[in-house]
Amino acid sequence: MTDTTIKKQRPKYLNLMEIRLPLPGFASILHRISGAGLFLMLPFLLYLFASSLGSPESFAGYKALVANPLVKLVLFGLLWAYLHHFCMGIRFLFLDMHIGLDLPAARASSWAVFAVSLPLTLILGGLLLW
Amino acid sequence: MVNRIVVGAHYGMRDWLAQRVTAVVMALYTIMLAAALLAMPAITHESWRALFAQGWMRFATFVFFVCLFYHAWVGVRDIFMDYIKPTGVRLSLHVIVILLLVGYTGWVAQTLWRL
Repeated sequence: MTDTTIKKQRPKYLNLMEIRLPLPGFASILHRISGAGLFLMLPFLLYLFASSLGSPESFAGYKALVANPLVKLVLFGLLWAYLHHFCMGIRFLFLDMHIGLDLPAARASSWAVFAVSLPLTLILGGLLLW
Repeated sequence: MVNRIVVGAHYGMRDWLAQRVTAVVMALYTIMLAAALLAMPAITHESWRALFAQGWMRFATFVFFVCLFYHAWVGVRDIFMDYIKPTGVRLSLHVIVILLLVGYTGWVAQTLWRL
């Protein structure tokens, strides 16, 4: 690095409440948040998986747990997280292949992520949880 | 603009690739599982257990979970690298995550192979 670089005083907007993310940025941070949420809830999900595949008693316990409205709500949220992460991941794979890099295409594909993941959450949530 | 100091053997290429490969494996498994569940007339305890007791399904499910845990490791590590600045705290968290994921792998293996 040379010393001749002019250090400009750039404005920094780090107030999270004031940052207005563009749609691709919003979808992208949700990719991270959904991934983190899924990771944090892994013990719970693995517990559900293990008890559903265990003895008839543990399956009954699983059934009772999943019947709880609060648990249903959490699972519904995690289903959204999985589907958003899934759709966004496919979008990232296309970006890796240099498909859809320009701004209009990037915006359109972000819209598509929400347009697919949100209805799919409702449909699959309705089928699997209620 | 990030000024990268170019030292070391690799620059995250392996993890970058692993993140994508594991993602594709998980996506294929997810679609396969969804299709298998939709094809089942009714999901009971017996049919649910029978699904995962099949040899290929047990294998595929275990591969899915190993991919999931590797994928989670790279993702969580990236999050820690972005937000956790003190090196000691970050490395401690890395160790905790690795131990958790190794434990989860054993848990899943036990769940699947005692069917």
